[in-house]
Amino acid sequence: MIGIVDYRAGNLTSVARALEHLRQPCIMSNDFKSLEKADRIIFPGVGAAGAAMADLRRSGLEVHLKKWVREGRPVLGICLGMQVLFDRSEEDNTLCLGIVPGEVKRFPADLRDKDRPLKIPHMGWNGVRFRANHPVFSGISEEAEFYFVHSYYADLTDETWASGWTDYGIRFCVAVTRGSLVAVQFHPEKSGRPGLTLLANFCRWGGCDAQ
Amino acid sequence: MLSKRIIPCLDVREGRLTKGVKFRENVDIGDPVEAARAYYEQGADEIVFYDITASVEGRAILLDVVRKVAETIFIPFSVGGGIGSVEEMRRVILAGAEKVSVNTEAVKNPGIISEGARAFGSQCIVLGMDVKKVSASRQIPSGYEMAIHGGRTFTGLDALQWAIEAERLGAGEICLNSIDADGTKDGYELDLTAMISSHVGIPVIASGGAGKPEHLLDVFTRGKADAALIASMVHYRTHTIPEIKKFLHDRGVKTRMFW
Repeated sequence: MIGIVDYRAGNLTSVARALEHLRQPCIMSNDFKSLEKADRIIFPGVGAAGAAMADLRRSGLEVHLKKWVREGRPVLGICLGMQVLFDRSEEDNTLCLGIVPGEVKRFPADLRDKDRPLKIPHMGWNGVRFRANHPVFSGISEEAEFYFVHSYYADLTDETWASGWTDYGIRFCVAVTRGSLVAVQFHPEKSGRPGLTLLANFCRWGGCDAQ
Repeated sequence: MLSKRIIPCLDVREGRLTKGVKFRENVDIGDPVEAARAYYEQGADEIVFYDITASVEGRAILLDVVRKVAETIFIPFSVGGGIGSVEEMRRVILAGAEKVSVNTEAVKNPGIISEGARAFGSQCIVLGMDVKKVSASRQIPSGYEMAIHGGRTFTGLDALQWAIEAERLGAGEICLNSIDADGTKDGYELDLTAMISSHVGIPVIASGGAGKPEHLLDVFTRGKADAALIASMVHYRTHTIPEIKKFLHDRGVKTRMFW
């Protein structure tokens, strides 16, 4: 059983639909007691970091998310669900979960590709260079692209957590892995077949890192 | 770097496609769910549904279509046409659409853009614009005027000013349809697209006029578009999405080539 953390950060039903398509039973809940029964956790999210963290604190999920990661339960963070794992975010100047070392920063306003100004948010399909050998990213072609929509990016202070990178004016980390934790900036549930492969890999994964 | 998106547009009425879409063996399909599935499998980067139903019953059918599409395809899709309140937006988004597009409704009540953006995030709100070329005047300095009601009513609103205002209100994207180019198959309106795209910081989807792959090349280069809507050129099978993508890719336009 997969538990989808529902903390009122956007519409999370698309993750549930993708899991249904993969025939993976799941529950969507904001109650840590219900999620406690799940053998793995997906932590999605769209929206603003400040409101998301406030809701995680209010519901008691903050403590339990940290506990699940510590205990080695497989956890997959997606988009805002990846960003709030960091120490802090420039968005609403938010103190976050502090599980991943680093800070979430806004894309610089003068982001450019050579002479061409780039639009923010970074929205659409972009390639990802994955570090080899992680089970959750196995079977995904190097040519695969993923669907992104975000205005803030993750800036790690310890690069050993990084497992995937993307270029958009700057090069930034879009996947982190450590132990039983995996988090991605893009939306696997909206990224066609490569995204479904990633989700299916996560559903099968025992939680031990290949490092 | 981001790929340029290619987005088939499906016109829906009472839950059926208004014009059939031809697929294998050139069979005409009227079912929007099957059409969406076929385009998803052919490498569409996103899909747009434009609903021209007026009736209450038809709106309920639409939500059912949205639900089925969301169970079938795993790429973003948007729904537009007659969405006039945050409550209607919520229904469409909860049924599984990634984005909603507002057009006439936003001109009449610009507040719906900011309310929608607050409720669901800017990335959910697409501003649809139907634009016609006119002679530049004090009221319409850009020389492009906004129309509503499917292009039948002119508003006296300058298209460029409206685009900038909509971005300020929280629109996350603009779907820019040229009334002059629409249905001609002679190519997108490049001047209009380049003008709007270079004056806003949000992505612009060009619409109207696509007839062959060269038109997409033009609109992604000279037109500065971030995405392009296509309809009849793929619905009638004069071209296919993989063929268009290969054409663009071979000419140095970054497109998603693996799906």
